[in-house]
Amino acid sequence: MHVREKPKFGESEITPKSAWLDRRSLMRGAAGLAAVGLLPATARRASAARYSTDAPPTAYEYVTTYNNFYEFGTGKSDPAKHAGQLTTSPWSVVIDGMVARPGTYALEDLVGPRTVEERIYRLRCVEGWSMVIPWLGVPLAGVLKRAEPAPGAKYVAFETLVRPAEMPGQSGIFQVLDWPYVEGLRLDEAMHPLTILATGLYGEPLPNQNGAPVRLVVPWKYGYKSIKSIVRITLTEKQPPTTWNIQNPREYGFYSNVNPEVDHPRWSQATERVIGGSLLSPQRDTEMFNGYAGEVAGLYAGMDLRKFH
Amino acid sequence: MRDWLNTALRRLPVWPFYWLGALPAAWYFWNGLQGRLGADPVKALEHEYGLIALQFLIAALCVTPLREIAGINLLRFRRMLGLMAFSYACLHLAVWLGLDRQFDWPRIVADLTKRPYIILGMAAFLMLVPLAWTSRDAALRRMGPVAWRRLHRLAYPATALAAIHFVWLVKAWPPEPLLYAAGVAALLGWRALRGRRRRARRPALG
Repeated sequence: MHVREKPKFGESEITPKSAWLDRRSLMRGAAGLAAVGLLPATARRASAARYSTDAPPTAYEYVTTYNNFYEFGTGKSDPAKHAGQLTTSPWSVVIDGMVARPGTYALEDLVGPRTVEERIYRLRCVEGWSMVIPWLGVPLAGVLKRAEPAPGAKYVAFETLVRPAEMPGQSGIFQVLDWPYVEGLRLDEAMHPLTILATGLYGEPLPNQNGAPVRLVVPWKYGYKSIKSIVRITLTEKQPPTTWNIQNPREYGFYSNVNPEVDHPRWSQATERVIGGSLLSPQRDTEMFNGYAGEVAGLYAGMDLRKFH
Repeated sequence: MRDWLNTALRRLPVWPFYWLGALPAAWYFWNGLQGRLGADPVKALEHEYGLIALQFLIAALCVTPLREIAGINLLRFRRMLGLMAFSYACLHLAVWLGLDRQFDWPRIVADLTKRPYIILGMAAFLMLVPLAWTSRDAALRRMGPVAWRRLHRLAYPATALAAIHFVWLVKAWPPEPLLYAAGVAALLGWRALRGRRRRARRPALG
């Protein structure tokens, strides 16, 4: 992955909706790539953001209609169908555990709307498909620092909203997961500059099906680590339980780093189907740490990644 | 009502159903070429063909209980149902080999040796091959009805494996594959019970 060192840019410079709508129509044409030179200046600047990939983003339509968000059902189109009813405002997040300043934070205080930046990240799902998504968000590190983690804190646990009245997948006879959905990171992973709390995509507030109003994005890990609709962040000393690991510990580890050399017990992780392709599109070779090895491989120096999968 | 239905079914020609059965295959393939199968078209096409194959297998397994429980005779249509199941299984396999694995033979061989759900799917397919091969009247005459019927009992394990193949490839336990598996279990369970009842009625020999 190419990471370009460029200064942060302000809110006004984030790809405006008109620009990406324009870009989508251009990209759809046969001469899409040739037309890149004609892109609005704002779109070009956005793709040059620090930490962003320059791979072409997946169409907005697919990013917002092809989702895994089991709180709204297990089908890929269920979240887009059922998440509209979710109340996302007001929203607050509890930060507790081993922090000097625990409390309940209003979302606006946690992620100042004026501080969000655009990050165009690869997303690799454990199921073998991938997207490229222009997120809006803030580094998680800044949020955690404000709560002042205690010296002994080693892990960060996250928790999704439980609200069966608005989340149909949380009631009924087929309960595929235990609620709340929980996830966790090692503190150094959580503090890594690539790790963000996202509140938007494609220059807009997050659609509910993508984890509104605030979700985690950890681009070097399989998608299920990037927990959605977060209501609690807890600093802990011990490794916290994580939902898919509870569901099937043999298949889903705590780390869940994208790794083409460690197969899922039931399928290979060596390649990925790029969402938005045609029937005949070639598959993409999955990269170590989803292409972010240069930034994050150091976090795992000396670890057996087969054992700590 | 039942007699009227059976009379109507007897008059119905079978051959148009081959064409009707082929329509979904053409429809999904055409939509795939037109980019109308959504975000992940290869997976969608592969899944659709596999699901239709399973549905035809289940439909073929329904023929006998429908006749014995409800008195509705669909026996004339069973060969068509079985051949449609086999055709969709072929399409499912072709999409997997060509569009999903993209004829990457080392990976295909790895999948066929390492991945239980793929091994099961392939086993189900291989069981259907001799059934399709012996589907013509001439084959039935050549083999004789007893041997033919014995061979065609392979439809039971093939359907069971196909259903397990479906359950095994998804994450967690979503309802759809479980409902199909439950349906297959019910149909096979009914047959097992019927077989036991029949054996119990038969007088003991020597």
